[in-house]
Amino acid sequence: MLNKFPLWKNLMVIVILAVATLYALPNIYGEDYAVQISASRNATVDTQTLGTVEQTLEDIAIQPKGVVLEEGQILVRVNSDAEQLQARDALLRALGTNYIVALNLAPATPDWLADIGGTPMKLGLDLRGGVHFLMEVDMAEATRKIQDQMRDTVRGELREERIRSTSIRRDESDVVVQLRTDEDYAAAESYLNNRYPGYTLLEDEATRTLRLRMTEAKLKETQDYAISQNVTILRNRVNELGVAEPVVQRQGADRIVVQLPGVQDTARAKEILGATATLEFRMVDDENSVYEAEQGRVPFGSELFPNRNGGNTLLKEDVILTGDHIVNATSGFDENQRPQVSISLDGAGGDKMSLATRDNVGKPMATLFIEFKATGERDENDRIIFERNAEVINVATIQSRLGNNFRITGINSQQEAQNLALLLRAGALIAPIQIVEERTLGPSLGKENIELGTQAIIWGFLLVVIFMVIYYKKFGLVANLALTANLVLIIGVMSMIPGATLTLPGMAGIVLTVGMAVDANVLIFERIREEIKAKRSPQQAIHHGYDSAFSTIMDANVTTLIVAIILFAIGTGPVKGFAVTLAIGIITSMFTAIVGTRAVINAVWGGKRIDKLSV
Amino acid sequence: MHEIIKTDKTLPFMRFRFGAWVLSAVLVIASIVSLSVNQLNWGLDFTGGTVIEVGYENSADLPAIRDTLDTNGFGGAVVQNFGTQQDVLIRIEPQEGVKAQELGNQILSLLRQSSEGQVEMRRIEFVGPQVGDELTEQGGLAMLTALLCILVYIALRFEWRLALGAVGALAHDVILTLGLFSFLGLEFDLTVLAALLAVIGYSINDTVVVCDRIRENFRKYHKYTAQETIDGALTDTMSRTVITSLTTILVLLALFFLGGQLIHGFATALLFGVIIGTYSSIYIASSLAFALGVSREDLMPPEIEKEGEDLEPLP
Repeated sequence: MLNKFPLWKNLMVIVILAVATLYALPNIYGEDYAVQISASRNATVDTQTLGTVEQTLEDIAIQPKGVVLEEGQILVRVNSDAEQLQARDALLRALGTNYIVALNLAPATPDWLADIGGTPMKLGLDLRGGVHFLMEVDMAEATRKIQDQMRDTVRGELREERIRSTSIRRDESDVVVQLRTDEDYAAAESYLNNRYPGYTLLEDEATRTLRLRMTEAKLKETQDYAISQNVTILRNRVNELGVAEPVVQRQGADRIVVQLPGVQDTARAKEILGATATLEFRMVDDENSVYEAEQGRVPFGSELFPNRNGGNTLLKEDVILTGDHIVNATSGFDENQRPQVSISLDGAGGDKMSLATRDNVGKPMATLFIEFKATGERDENDRIIFERNAEVINVATIQSRLGNNFRITGINSQQEAQNLALLLRAGALIAPIQIVEERTLGPSLGKENIELGTQAIIWGFLLVVIFMVIYYKKFGLVANLALTANLVLIIGVMSMIPGATLTLPGMAGIVLTVGMAVDANVLIFERIREEIKAKRSPQQAIHHGYDSAFSTIMDANVTTLIVAIILFAIGTGPVKGFAVTLAIGIITSMFTAIVGTRAVINAVWGGKRIDKLSV
Repeated sequence: MHEIIKTDKTLPFMRFRFGAWVLSAVLVIASIVSLSVNQLNWGLDFTGGTVIEVGYENSADLPAIRDTLDTNGFGGAVVQNFGTQQDVLIRIEPQEGVKAQELGNQILSLLRQSSEGQVEMRRIEFVGPQVGDELTEQGGLAMLTALLCILVYIALRFEWRLALGAVGALAHDVILTLGLFSFLGLEFDLTVLAALLAVIGYSINDTVVVCDRIRENFRKYHKYTAQETIDGALTDTMSRTVITSLTTILVLLALFFLGGQLIHGFATALLFGVIIGTYSSIYIASSLAFALGVSREDLMPPEIEKEGEDLEPLP
């Protein structure tokens, strides 16, 4: 029988639509104003914290919509944005600097939907308000630093080998060694050849010059390292900002994107992103009692610092070395398979370290981590006051005189070694960063954009729907059903894909899809009309109409899809958002316009004798 | 049955192709002249610089704002209303030796000091010059890649003459839309670039439908000349072409009037592009293919048709 769908096809259409509807649902519940509390380093969020939070809210007479402890975070939902600010400030004061208290908008998705993974679409910064920074890492500086260190290493090693050189210098990205005699040249050549992984040796016997040049691989490794180091540091600093759902991501070869939804005060954001955490190595004062110092009797020439893991340590005031001399720090294992951290210093750092440790073998040395944290207090200009926060993160006994490269052993766990390496690296940026793009959108403009975009979608949709009914009658109604289903599908798919973000151009993409999605149905219906004119029976007309329009629809949509993919691959930010909705819209519209309408038409008109079609 | 056009008779599209060519040639030349004389009003995304959008409680006093900026050393700033009387847009070109990253916040606090009422920060955008240069390059690259991919796809699926016709039509649409933007001095930003690519997407959609019909009719009707076949295909697809354009234009009108300032350029480019794209898919794509000498033999399926293929297989 003509124009009957097998049961599985009908079921498929129903199931796909049902799933899409289910996942599109969270978008209609809106969002609650919320405050999100998470632990900064040495604190945990537990039921005790929960108690403090509830007590604090009671003290300032705020009735929260809900307070939930989940995955080490507390989410407090409140009724208005005024309450949200009030609650944030109060909680910041009550919890102190060990916790991150951030403003957030929490989706008001009902539990049963959230349980099956339903979340609303992610909104882009242009719809939500917030700051977008694009930062560029100074790669030339990164290579320069590495090569400076290389120069110092070569200088030291040649001196030890008693090979005399006229000069050892850095020339662009090469290290150039100029030798005095032919003998020295030969000795240096055989010593340096294949000695350093990642470097090739270029020889020039006539001028007695040796050049150490970075291989491409090493250069790339250096740059990757510079980027990932910056990403790590920025991520740490962004956490200090107390922003919910921040994005810190590498983009391309030398860029980093930072997105801070909801942040308005860009001046402050820049201040913190630019603020440096620093490291200091100091000798431990083990001649005086920590207990005495804790009672307030700190001996002259020493300072008392808290340990990260509790307790205090008394340190000498003299700083052996600051963190900016650290070139690299990696975690690994020593000969006995115990966790360790290897540290590389630059030349000047190595000299200082060597000098300071010469007379202190067997004594403990401490690593002090210093950073700036928001306190929750505000000064007269309503700016948040930052507090210098110093902690001892490691104490290790000096085993021998240290140089450019040394390691800290005796660390309890691999996790701790990794953390220490990360903190050591955080103290020293090998390459500075610069903001090359900044976009800040106020919250009111974001709301306005959502409203305008929604209006445009609704009106565009209505206009098309009315036109289709007038022009194609009942078949027009079927096309409208497909169009509605298509909108639901787009929203459902956008909500399901974790990386998809709705932007203003994305909304424009949806509007455009609404206009173009009926194209497939127009093609089919025009074909059906032609078939009817050619005196085919209604059932034959439907069958042939769909069949002959199919390849046209495919070709037309594939070419448009090509354009969407190119837009996605090459575009950034808002353009990408447009490309995503366009591509999703093309695919879903093919499904609804071809399979969806056919299912309805088959169900209504298929498989029975009819004389006339309402098309 | 409502019908846009009665399709009983074949409309003689190709007869008017010379007129269309002259029209298109004039428009393309005018666009190129305008592009070289007026050039494009490149937006912030491409030039780099700083844009600050602020909202005042009452109508903003533009001369006063200019004065404030002038006296504080921001003489080159362009100050204008944006959408409403309360909204003000300030644009500053990238300057040598000025820390552009700080500029936005400086100007904002300057405006806040000099104004009595509230000044709301709506938007600050800063784009470094190097980013702008890259975007221009990427944009051009995207456009060329899109055209090339489409050329290859259509050449494979159809035939090279139709592919050339289609891509010629697309280039025509892009040039005219660029020409319009340059002629009217509308700002060309990243969203307009996206719109331009969407125009390519839309126009190719239209062109493919026409090409498909041309191929089908060549295979189906053996007694007609190439001109008659193309005319027939255009007539057959005419009502579809018009209806789809109409629905698309309807939604674009909604976007144009309701979408807000930020999306205005995007809607303008698409609106114009869709109208031009509809015209070009009828006149430019097919008449170019016709001029290149597309014929029935070029479009026959690779294998020999089986006898009785047109008949419906028994159910």
